[in-house]
Parts: sequence; C-alpha cells; structure tokens
Amino acid sequence: MLKILARSIREYKRSSILAPLFIALEVIIECMIPFVTAKLVNNIEEGCDMPTLLRFGGIMVLLALTSLTCGALSAHFSSKASCGFAKNLRHDLFCAIQDFSFTNVDKFSTSSLVTRLTTDVGNVQMAYMMIIRTAVRSPLMLVFALFMAITVSPSVSLAFAIIIPILAVGLGLIIKNSWGIFHSVFKKYDALNNSIQENVSGMRVVKAFVREDYEIKKFSAASDDVCRDFTRAEKILALNNPLMQFCMNGLMVAVCFIGSYVIIGSRGTDLRVGELASLITYGVQILMSLMMLSMIIVMIAMSVASAKRIAEVLTEKSSIVNPESPLCEVADGSIVFDKVSFKYSESAEKYALSDIDLDIRSGETVGIIGSTGSSKTSLVQLIPRLYDASEGTVYVGGHDVREYDIKTLREEVAVVLQKNLLFSGTIKENLRWGDPDATDEELIRACKLAQADEFIQKFPDKYDTHIEQGGANVSGGQKQRLCIARALLKKPKILILDDSTSAVDTRTDALIRKAFAEEIPNTTKIIIAQRVSSVQHADKIIVMNNGRIDALGTHEELLISSPIYREVFESQTKGGEDNE
Amino acid sequence: MSKNKAPKRPPMKKGVLGRVLRMLFKDYAPQMIAVVICIFFTSLGSTISGPFMNILINHISTGVESGWDSVKASIFATIAVMCAIYLVGIAASFIYNRLMAIVTQGFLNKVRTRLFSGMQRLPLRYFDSTHHGDIMSHYTNDTDTLRELVSRCIPQLINSALILLLLVGNMLYLSLWLTLVICLGVIVMVIVTRKIGGNSAKYFIKQQRSMGKTEGFIEEMMNGQKVIKVFCHEKQSTEDFDRINEQLCEDATKAHRFANILMPIMGNIGNLLYVLVAITGGALILMGGVKNISLSGQVFGIAVVVPFINMARQFTMNVSQVSQQLNSIVMAMAGAGRIFELMDEQPEVDDGYVTLVNAKMVDGKLTECEERTHIWAWKHPHSADGTVTYTKLEGNVTIDSMDFGYTPEKLVLHDVTLYANSGQKVAFVGATGAGKTTITNLINRFYDIDDGKIRYDGININKIKKADLRRSLGIVLQDTNLFTGTVLENIRYGKLDATDEECIEAAKLANAHDFITRLPEGYNTMLTSNGANLSQGQRQLISIARSAVADPPVMILDEATSSIDTRTEALVQRGMDALMKGRTVFVIAHRLSTVRNSDVIMVLENGRIIERGNHEKLIAEKGKYYQLYTGAFELE
Repeated sequence: MLKILARSIREYKRSSILAPLFIALEVIIECMIPFVTAKLVNNIEEGCDMPTLLRFGGIMVLLALTSLTCGALSAHFSSKASCGFAKNLRHDLFCAIQDFSFTNVDKFSTSSLVTRLTTDVGNVQMAYMMIIRTAVRSPLMLVFALFMAITVSPSVSLAFAIIIPILAVGLGLIIKNSWGIFHSVFKKYDALNNSIQENVSGMRVVKAFVREDYEIKKFSAASDDVCRDFTRAEKILALNNPLMQFCMNGLMVAVCFIGSYVIIGSRGTDLRVGELASLITYGVQILMSLMMLSMIIVMIAMSVASAKRIAEVLTEKSSIVNPESPLCEVADGSIVFDKVSFKYSESAEKYALSDIDLDIRSGETVGIIGSTGSSKTSLVQLIPRLYDASEGTVYVGGHDVREYDIKTLREEVAVVLQKNLLFSGTIKENLRWGDPDATDEELIRACKLAQADEFIQKFPDKYDTHIEQGGANVSGGQKQRLCIARALLKKPKILILDDSTSAVDTRTDALIRKAFAEEIPNTTKIIIAQRVSSVQHADKIIVMNNGRIDALGTHEELLISSPIYREVFESQTKGGEDNE
Repeated sequence: MSKNKAPKRPPMKKGVLGRVLRMLFKDYAPQMIAVVICIFFTSLGSTISGPFMNILINHISTGVESGWDSVKASIFATIAVMCAIYLVGIAASFIYNRLMAIVTQGFLNKVRTRLFSGMQRLPLRYFDSTHHGDIMSHYTNDTDTLRELVSRCIPQLINSALILLLLVGNMLYLSLWLTLVICLGVIVMVIVTRKIGGNSAKYFIKQQRSMGKTEGFIEEMMNGQKVIKVFCHEKQSTEDFDRINEQLCEDATKAHRFANILMPIMGNIGNLLYVLVAITGGALILMGGVKNISLSGQVFGIAVVVPFINMARQFTMNVSQVSQQLNSIVMAMAGAGRIFELMDEQPEVDDGYVTLVNAKMVDGKLTECEERTHIWAWKHPHSADGTVTYTKLEGNVTIDSMDFGYTPEKLVLHDVTLYANSGQKVAFVGATGAGKTTITNLINRFYDIDDGKIRYDGININKIKKADLRRSLGIVLQDTNLFTGTVLENIRYGKLDATDEECIEAAKLANAHDFITRLPEGYNTMLTSNGANLSQGQRQLISIARSAVADPPVMILDEATSSIDTRTEALVQRGMDALMKGRTVFVIAHRLSTVRNSDVIMVLENGRIIERGNHEKLIAEKGKYYQLYTGAFELE
C-alpha cells in the first residue's frame, strides 16, 4: 500500500527529502544551544571577561538564527512536498477513475469516489506532512537531547532512565485503552449524525405524522449513549496531562536533587550550576518529544484507513481494456447478439441478461419496451462495450466489439443515457462534447434534429446560455433534447436512446422520430421507451422481460403474439397517454 | 461550515462567548468553579521551579564552599516543599482534566439535544429554505469547534494566562531588568505572529476557496463519469481537473507554508530570548555596576540568571499558546454563533385549541371517551360561554378564496376555492410550479395562508391544534423517506401503539405484504439509508402501508407514483385504491391515468384553477386538460 501511494510523490521527492533534512539540522542545533548556554553560565560564574561573554553570545545568536533558517526552510519544503503529494494523488486518482469501466465505477459508487478524492486525500496529506516533519523531529530530538544530557552529566541522566519509560508506558496505556472505545463510539456518533440527516430530509414526514416528540426521545437516548461512551474515553485521555506533569516535575526534582548532590560532592568539578539548567532543558525537550510522538502515532493510525481506500482505487484494474491490435474503423451499424448472457459482477447470482440472440441490420430502427428491472438498459450498454458480456459475443459492424479500439467504437455508437447529465458551461460547450470541432451551423442542425433549436432560440443568450451543474436550470424535457443533440453531433453509425424522451411531450417526440427517419436514415437507431407510441413505428420492437427477450416483432405482430406488449399498450391507451 | 463555501470569517458576534460561558456555568457551576481552582494550583505547580532553582543554587553555592553536610538539611527541606507543591499541582491537574472530560461531553450532549429538539419545533418553511447540508454542519463542524473551545481552549487559556501572571511575579521577584528584556522579546514575538498568522489566514481562505472549487468539480465529474465515458471525454476532463488541481496545490502550499513556519519562528524567538537573557544576565554580573531591582532584593548572581533562563523558555511557550488559543477561540465563536442562530430560530407557533378526541355515541349524542372507539370528534371549547361542542370527524374540506405566497412579493396561489366532501377523490393536475403541492402544504398547515379560509369539517383549521390536524391527515409523498430501522418499525411509524398484526394488516392493504415476506428477514429486515436496499416501488409501498396504519380520514397523495414505471404503478395503484376507499383523497399526479377516476379534477396554471370537473366533462370541454390528455402538451 505504501509503495503504491509513494509512487505519487514524483517531482516532490527532493522536497520530501530536504524537509526532514533541515528538520534534523534544526534539531541538532536546538540541542546544542543549552549546551553552549551551560558553558556561558559557567564562564560567568568564574567571572570571565566581556569579550568571552560576547563571543559565546555571538555563537549562540548564530546558532539560534541558523536553527530558525533551517526551521523555516523545512516548513517551506514540507508544505511544498505534502501539498504537491496531495495534488499528484488527486491527479492519479482522477486518471485512474477515467480509465475505469462502468463495472469499476459501479463497484465503488460515485459518492465513495468523491470521498476518496477529497476527504481521504486530505487525511493522507496531513499524515504525510506529519511524517516528514514531526515524525522526524520528535525521535531525533529524543535521541539528541538524551545524548547531550549524557554528555553533560551521566549520573544525572540516570533520572531520565527511570522517567522516560514511565512516560512511554503511561502514554502507551492511555492510547491503547482509549483507542478501542473511540473506535466504537465514532461509529455510534456517525449513526447519530445519520439519524439527524434522516430527520432533516424527512421533516415533512415527521411533521405529517406528528412524531416530533417521538423523534426527540429517540434522539436523546442515542445522544446520551454517545455522551456516556465519549466521557468514558475522554476520562482516560484526561490522564495525559497529569501524567505529563508528573514526569516533568519528577524530572525536575530528580535533576535538582542529584544535581546538587553531584555539584557539592565534587565541589563543582563534575558538574556545575550552569549545566544544571541545560539538563532541565534537555529533560523538557525529551518529554515533549515523547508526547508528540504518541500524538503522531495516533494520527497516522487514523489516516491508515484513508490511505487504504486510496490505494484500492489506484490498484483497481479496469475491467475493460483495449485489445492488442485494435480495429480502428466500424464498417456499418449492424448489430448481432450471439447467445449473450450478462451479469453485473462475477459474484452476482442472477443474470441481468440471459440467452440473448438478436440481429439488427444497419439503418434499422429498433424499439425496446419492458418494465423496470427487465434489463433494457443492460442490453444496450453492451453495444458500445460499456460492459463486457459474461457469455456469448456482441458484434458491431461484423466484428466482435472486443476487437475494436474502445474510443473508435464509442465514437460510432452514441448512447444517450437514461441518467442524462449536462455539465456546467454554456450550451455550446455542452454540445461540443459530441464533436469538439463542430461549427455553429452543425450545432444548430443537430439541435433542429433533436427539436431543441426552438427553445434554445428563446433563451436570451441563445447557444451561449449558461447551464448550471447537472443542468438544473433547464426543464427535464429540454435537458433530454439537448442530450440527444449532443449525441447526434458525434455523427454515429448507431444511436441509442435509453428512455431519453420520457419528459418530452408526444408531439415533439414524434417530430424527433420523424427527423431521425428523414435526416439520418443510415444510422441504426435503438429506442428504449416506456411509451408504446415512441416505439410503435419501429422496424422491430423487442419486448424485454426478466432479462430475456420475451417477444420480437412489429407493432401489429406483437399485439397479437405478446400478452405483455398488449397489456402495456392497452393500459396506456385506455388510461390516456402518460405524460411524464 | 459547508465544504463548498469559502469560510467568510463572520464578524465576531458580541455576547457569544458570554452566552457559552453562561450556559456552561448554569449547568455545571460547582464543577466549573472547581476546575478554575484546580487550574490555579496546576499553574502554580508549573511555575514554582524558578524561585526554587534560585533558592537551591544559593544553597549549592554555600555547599560548594562548606560541604554537603552543612546544606544537606536545607536542600532536603527545599526539595520536600517542592515535591509537596508539585504533588498538589499534579492532583489538581488530574481532577480538572477529569472534570473537564465530564463537563465537556455533558455540555455537548445538552447542546446537541437542545439543538435537535429546537429543530423539531421549527416550521417546515425553515427546512424548505435552508440547505440541509448547512443544518447538518451545525451538528458536526460547529459542534466540533464548540468542543474544541470548551475542552481545550478555555482551560488552556486560563492555564496559560495564570502561568504568565505567576511567571511575571516570579521574574519580578528575581530581577526587573531581565523581566524587561523578556517582555521586549515577547512583544516582537506577538508582532511576528500577528503578521504571519494574518498572512496564513488570508491564504487559508484562498485555499478553502480553491478546495471548494475542486470538490465541486470532482463531484460533478464523478456524477457524470458514465457520460464522460460514453463521449470518450476522459482526456479533456483530466486536463480541466489538472488546471484546478494545480491552483489548489499552489494555494494550499502557501497556506501551509505560513502555518508551518510559525512553529520554528516561535521556537527560535524563544531560543534567541534565551540567549539574550543569558548574555544580558552575564553582562550585568560582569559589569557589576548596575543595581538589581527586584522584589527579593537579591543582587545579580548566577542564582538569578539560571532560573531566569529557564523561565524565558516557559514564558515564550505560554505566550505562543495564548496566541494560538485566541485564534481557535475566534473560530469557535463563529461556530457557536451559528449554533445559537439555529437555537434562536422562531419555533412553529400553534394557537389551535380545537383537539381531536376519541368519542362514542351516547343517547344519540357525541361524547368524549378514553378508549379507542374508531370514532373521532373535534372537541371545540368556546371561550365566550365556556361550553364545549363536539363535531364528528368526517373529512370534509373546503377551501374558500385562498391566496398564498411563499414570499410576500410573489403569490403562488390566487383565489383558490374548492370543496371535497367526505369520501371524495379530488385531483390536481398542472405543470411543475403551478401550485399543486402548495395546496396540500396549506391544508396540513405546513404553511399558513395569506388570505381566505380553509375549513375542516366546518372548523377553520387555524383553530385546530396542528398536531391534531396533521394526525387526521395522511400523506404519501413522491420522495419516500424511510427511517433506519426494521420494515415493521417503519410501518409502525404511522401509529406508534399499533400491534404487529395491525401493521401486517396495513401492509396487506397496501399490497406490500407479498414482497415484504420475500425479503431476507421479512418484516424484521433492517432498512438503512432511506431503504437503499429496496426498489423505488417497494419503498413507496411501505410508505403507503405506513399511512394505512395511521388510518386517517383524509389522505394526500403527492405524486406518489411518479417515479415508478407503468407496470409497477399498477401494483402500487391497487394498494392505493384499497387505501382510498371511504376517505377524502387529494391526488397530485403527473400521469393522467392515475387521476381519471377522480370525482373532481382541478387543472392548475400559474396558481389558478383554470378548469374543473370530472374526466368526461373536461375532455368534452377540449381545453387544457384535453390537450394534456391527448399528449399535445408537455408537462414541465
């Protein structure tokens, strides 16, 4: 996992190395300052002259300034490294997702991909900064300060030998005992927040059923529970401060006591007053770095989950890859399904499609009808190889779809997805997704075909009208027509409309179909619809039921042969055209 | 703070801190007083080392001259006193940290519960006009900053402030001149921190802004991932992303650089100060000419300088602590301010006094009773003469020339008049925004009308207690909201004291029983995240069963079948037809097939009823309804 993430460091390797290097320098110098101070104090005690004093002072100022420079540099490099690393991670994740097949996207789900790209990357970035800064600083500080302390006075350093393990074990115990509780209480806390979320979005239901008091009671109980657990964990954590204080104070007493004994005992030869102060400083530095170390361990442990989630995406292999020597041309718009079965994942028990045999000639118009869950969408998604068939083969233009270059295939097979989406930008920009080089005339022609030109012309900014994220500022029917126009601009050999005219009124729907028949007669058109009227005039109508082709034929044939088709037809004509 | 918005640091509202403290002291007065006292002892413990070092070094100097035995007793005594004070300090620290853990969590629990119960009382208008993400962030982000404030900022601020005060005292005890040196250093430090801190804040806001932009882009692209693939747009979108990503990296680097640089600068100003004190102290000792001014009256000597050096470090550490805490307090205040805003929201007012009671017929007269009789009556006390009248709950609804607008400037409904007699089915048809849902919002008083009257069984609904009014109305919405819990619990939501049998009966009525029994654990199957494991149609059937168990005389079906395909709809429709029998029903629908058999169909346009009548009549009129019905007109 670490190796995978580390690949994203790239050009920030230099900063990632320099940052800890300067930190190390800073630490060394910082440890020397008390040492020099001790010498200075000793000199003062002996009553040295002014130049000696100034010389020592000069050295010390120099040391402090160097340490400051090193610190600043390491701050610079570490922020550069960690932010750059995060940038690369985001880039790598984004690219990895772009290479995903539909199967991969389904596996992760959109919202989890968003979390991985945002929150998880943020966590890893923080952890990375910690690692190259504090995780280097604290242990180094510990080692150097200890080393210096022993150099100054081995006998007084004995005190450290007792106190450091006490603190280390104490901190370890605190972390170990609180970690488990926190782990479980955070889950409860999430559940609590989820229930608030549910309440906020379901407020109409809560109020309609007059369940305010019931919800409050439920919430209070859950909140009390969370509070109890949190308090339990926090009480353990609350030991941190007194423990630290105990160690600091213990150190102080020990250093003072042993120190004065040694100083007096040796009449100031083994140890002197000036060094007493430096020993205390070292002690504080050691204990502080232990404390920091324990904090880092916790923080890094918390970001491990995020790192794992990121690595999952980075290592995910796209389930659809280009063949070795791909075909870069699609001969025509003919489609053949040969004993095709399909399920969405290996582990799924149920096949979404079973035993599909189908022969569509180039230029035909084919309608598909069937209830939700009858796998109409699954069927058409196999044609541009958005998914691969589990068994059997899908042929387009006489060749297995797996032999084509994916880009070529998808350029020639245009799909207007059921879940239509426009992106924030102008109408023109959105349309040019279909063909980046399309001229304005071509845009208008496509829009006329899709019956979109009329309403676009009514917008104040016409084709430069800004579309908001997800196409929120156009109506459902308008959005669908824009999406059709966008697909038409690809000038595909096969055009698939997956329930793409459901919000369009029947008259416009008919106009679109008429335009298709007249203007793009050579394009194979596959139309999935709820409305019988949308497919009634197709050359062929496929009736899907439970992942199988239930019936196939023209409108007239099906009315006789297919009970399902007849049922749908009657329910719609009897009940009036449905207007969605 | 919502993620996508750059945090505008709002002007610190006056009184927010005071209000937090008042709340804290109101509920936890003894604990908080104990905490403050304990903090005092703790800070005493952390600062006494200076004077004791001074005393000790004086003893040592004597000892070096005259031997260990001569000073043994006094050294032991000094250290014993030191130990004692330390022990008190540690004990105090133990007590206050533990108390704070309890106080913080208890306080947060109280805030959370108050926030939640306050929220439950808010009118629906609040939820319709506020981003749900913003409401949620009161419970998450804002509460987090509040926890930070109570558990860390306040005690640490008190602690650091007390330490600083005690240190100044200690320093003055030893030497005025050296104290001045330290003060000078601290002033420099504060100025530098402000400067860098300000810059850092500026860049952090910038970073937040690019972060919002990046996250927005990511969200849009992830949602549109399939479209991207269909159009082979991967390269283009990666390029766009890289541009935004690059900008974010640049801003983030700057922000973090300033934040990171602060620590070494603070630390090293501390170091410089340490050096400065040593040199100044040394120089003063060497020159010997300057008279030391101090509370203790000591002359300059090593015993003054050594503890001073250590105190210099402690002093700078605490100054940087305080300055950091001040920043967090400003942040926390913003969060607390937002929490108070939600708490201060005006709750839904309810002046209704007509209540719904169980009733039975005694001697041909309606009388109130305790037991459930399946007969309900409106209990209407008349304040004028003190009498009480009972009206049987029938489900007659009349609306009389009603006007309404969500904002005063824009009326959504104009002069709407209609009657629905008990057992009738009334349908509303019209384009999105024509005001269909608004009418139902008004009947159950989610909103109050501006002009006109709505009567329920002849009683003005303004006189009816909201809870009782809503209890008598069942509602099934297009977006089903199920709650985390089992299927059975979700059905029981309609009537909390319903038995299992009643719930199952309701499910059978709603045509939901079949599929529920086929679920892995039947009625005990857990539903999570709004029933994500069910299909849209199944969720809708459960929500119908939920209304069925409540058994209200009036039902409102707001686009209940819109997101279901025609074949599944037939199933749901059968469930609803069973439910509608014998009730007054208001139906809002897109699909005209669902409203065909209504007693009255109202066609709404721009907030006015433009056509009314039954199906045959409207078809014969060849108006808007006819156009809709024949599909010549688009409903959007």
